[in-house]
Amino acid sequence: MARRDLAHLSDEAVVALTARSDEVALAELYDRYGRAAFGLAVRVLRDEALAEDAVQDAFLSVWRGASRFIPERAKASTWIMTLVHRRAVDLVRREERRRTDPLPESEPDSGGPSAADSTWLHLERERVQAALRQLPDQQREALELAYYGGFTQSELAERLGEPLGTIKSRMFAGLARLRELLDNSIDGETWTKHSTT
Amino acid sequence: MDETLHDLSAAYALDALDADEREAYEDHLAGCASCREDVAAFSATAAELAFAVEPGTPPPALRGRILEAARAERPNVVPLRPRWAVTAAAIAAVAACVAVGLGIWNVSLHDQLSNAHAQAVQHVPVSGIPGSLVVSPSGSAALVVFSMPSAPAGKIYEAWVLRDGKAIPAGLFQGRPGAAFVPIQGKVPKGSKVAVTVEPATGSAQPTTSPFAVSATV
Repeated sequence: MARRDLAHLSDEAVVALTARSDEVALAELYDRYGRAAFGLAVRVLRDEALAEDAVQDAFLSVWRGASRFIPERAKASTWIMTLVHRRAVDLVRREERRRTDPLPESEPDSGGPSAADSTWLHLERERVQAALRQLPDQQREALELAYYGGFTQSELAERLGEPLGTIKSRMFAGLARLRELLDNSIDGETWTKHSTT
Repeated sequence: MDETLHDLSAAYALDALDADEREAYEDHLAGCASCREDVAAFSATAAELAFAVEPGTPPPALRGRILEAARAERPNVVPLRPRWAVTAAAIAAVAACVAVGLGIWNVSLHDQLSNAHAQAVQHVPVSGIPGSLVVSPSGSAALVVFSMPSAPAGKIYEAWVLRDGKAIPAGLFQGRPGAAFVPIQGKVPKGSKVAVTVEPATGSAQPTTSPFAVSATV
C-alpha cells in the first residue's frame, strides 16, 4: 500500500477521509489510537486475545460509521474510545471476566514516555490521573468500577451494599466533577496545580 | 419514568447500564434534546478516562487484520439496492432520521430537507426497537435502527412485510452498535406493517419466532 503522510491532518479530517473508504486513513487512526485502545481494552478485559477482538471490532465500527460522524458534536478521539469501551464492556460482561484492581498509576519520573507511548498520551494520562486523584474517594471508586471494571450500576449497588440511587448520584457527581477538573486543567502545563475546592 | 431516565446520562456515558436499561435510555434520548446534550458532554469526559490507562502494545499483526477486514467489507457507503434508490431527498430523509436519533442533528442537513420531496416521505414509528421505518410514496422503505445488539450466535434478524394476514420475507440483517440502515426488500404498501424476528442464520421463509419489533400501519 502506498503510504501517504496524513500526519498533518486533524483526527476529524482523517475520519472524513475514512468515510470515503480510504484505508490509509483508517490505518492512520489506528496508528494514532490503537495503543490507547488496546491499553483500555486490556484494562477492562484482562485478556490480550479478547482485547484484540474488542479493538478490531471497534475500528471496524469506525470504518463503517465514519460517514455518520459529525465533528461538531464530538471529538474523533471521544468517538473512537467510546466505541472501544462499549465493545470491551460488552465482551467482559459476556465473559464474566471483570476485575477490580485499582488503576495502576504511572510511576512519577519514570524517565518519560515508554516505547508504546507518545508524548501526548503520556501528558494526557498524567492530566486525567491527577484529576481522578482529586475526586472524593467514593466518587472515584464508582467511576473506576463502572468504567474500568465494566460493572452495571445495579451490580455496583449490590457489590458496594448501597442503594441504587446512591450509586447513580456518585457516578453523576463524579463525572460532573471530573469534567470540571479536566476543563480547568490545561494540557501539558498546569495540570498538577489547580485547587480541589 | 422520565424523571429517572433523565438521571441516567452519566451511567450511560460510563457504559454502566445493562442491555435493557441502555435500550430504554436510547429510546428516551431520541426524543430528549437536553439528555443528548448531557450525554455528549459526559461521553467526552468518560472517554478521557480511557486515556488514564497505560497504553498497550497490540500485536503488530492486529493492524493488518483490521485493515484486511475493512477491505473485505462493503465499501464505506450506505448500501442502496438499485430498486430502493428512489430520490436523493428520500435518502437525505433517512440520513436526517439517523442524525436525529444519534443526537447529531446538523443544521445544513435540516435546510436541505425543507423541501417538498422530503415531506412526501413517511416516517412510521416502530415499537420494540429504537428506530423508525421510512417509506417513500412509491412504497420503497428502509428501517433505521440504533444500537441493535448482534443477533444471538447462529441467528440473524429477518424483516417481514405484514400484509393481508401474510408475512412476506423482506431481507436479513445483522445488529451492530450505532445506527444501521436496513433496506426493505419489496414494496411496503399502504395498510401493511413491517416486523422483525430472530431467525436461523440462513433466514426463514416464514417467521419461526414472534416479532420483537413491529411498525405502525403504513
